[in-house]
Amino acid sequence: MSIQEFVAPHSLSEAKGLLSDGAMASVLAGGTDLLVGVRLGTRSPERVVDLKHIPELTAIHVDAESVRIGAAASAFSILHDSDVPSCFPGLAEALDLIGSTQIQGRCSAGGNLCNASPAADSIPALIANDAQCLITGPAGDHQMRVEDFVLGPGKNALKEGELLVALILPRPSSQTADAYLRLTPRTEMDIAVAGVGVSLTLDGEGTCTAARVSIGAVAPTALLVEAAGAALVGTQLDATAIEAAVAATREAACPISDKRGTAEYRTHVVGVLVARAVAQAQARIVETSS
Amino acid sequence: MNKPLNKMAVQATINGEPTAFLCSPGQVLAEVLRDEMELIGTKIGCNTGDCGACSVLVNDRLVCACLVLAAEVEGQAVQTIEGIAEGGVLHPVQQKLLEHAGLQCGICTPGVVVAAKALIEHNPNPTEEQARYWLAGNLCRCTGYDKIIRAVLDAAQQMREEAAV
Repeated sequence: MSIQEFVAPHSLSEAKGLLSDGAMASVLAGGTDLLVGVRLGTRSPERVVDLKHIPELTAIHVDAESVRIGAAASAFSILHDSDVPSCFPGLAEALDLIGSTQIQGRCSAGGNLCNASPAADSIPALIANDAQCLITGPAGDHQMRVEDFVLGPGKNALKEGELLVALILPRPSSQTADAYLRLTPRTEMDIAVAGVGVSLTLDGEGTCTAARVSIGAVAPTALLVEAAGAALVGTQLDATAIEAAVAATREAACPISDKRGTAEYRTHVVGVLVARAVAQAQARIVETSS
Repeated sequence: MNKPLNKMAVQATINGEPTAFLCSPGQVLAEVLRDEMELIGTKIGCNTGDCGACSVLVNDRLVCACLVLAAEVEGQAVQTIEGIAEGGVLHPVQQKLLEHAGLQCGICTPGVVVAAKALIEHNPNPTEEQARYWLAGNLCRCTGYDKIIRAVLDAAQQMREEAAV
């Protein structure tokens, strides 16, 4: 391995210093992408900065307005030691689809996002829930929407010396719910052919007042399909509205053909998943408000 | 693969014993356990986190030791397959794997035992489906999994009965 130095800072300021003094540095959260990359020779950091001793990076905080997930918090702790699954069952489903139990013990939502795989499961779920990235760096702190953070396969918007600190999601009311569905050839330990994250808000009469639809594995990055959301808003989520959302999603998808499926198949499947995810999110709202 | 240029001194609790070891900054835990501590029950299969043969517990969390830097376990508690049996008495998961013939070549077995023990501690009464999902990251090319799953469910039942007494 190329790694010459391992450091585990206890504060954000210390970490920022270690990432911006000119050394070839990589941050380490769960290491499930970084250490595989080092072994395969695609990553060659000289310095590894372990983020898991920095409280802001691992804390998961839920208050009345928002849910803040430290970028290095493991999927296992998000799923089993936090209120995230009750606030965002769809995001929890997405995290629970990443790798094995062993991988979930280490991998983080922040790492899944920064790794910027087109097929990442958590990214469409984050986009559907209107998540923001809290970024810190030499020029201070700023926020950015998740859909703007991923620039292409393996490419994110972090600039030299910048660090993803946390993901901040607006806390949903009881009239809002999300869902995430993906299709894989195998049940477990596989990568999405297509993935769909949906978040819906319904009023007391069952009319959809807000909808966000995000798709993964069918374009170079996960996409927010605004036209699909718009097709649902103002409707009772009847068959015509669902069909319009499905058509808008298929229109937005621009997948590749590979060993997991052809472009035609992916385009078809992503529409099927949108219809099912909308039904699931709707059922969740009906269930909690009845 | 590493030149011993800048070794780090790490202190951790390994199988209940306070332990100190030296490692290179890029060395993974699986390698240190096997090569430095002679804990060769932890197997290295794929080295990329896919096969689960190197499963260990770090602070009771199930992880692949091939995807953990050894330096990361400073101050933490590591449990390997060598720490599972107590005083020569096999853990119920180990005993049931023997009884159900849940192993053939045995390479995956240490990882399966560690992962199954973690499952039962997390969920004392797993369904077959839950057990299969939990153990999906432990690949076995011999058994076809059926006997492993039967052994794990049987061990969980025995542990529930023992806990009820």
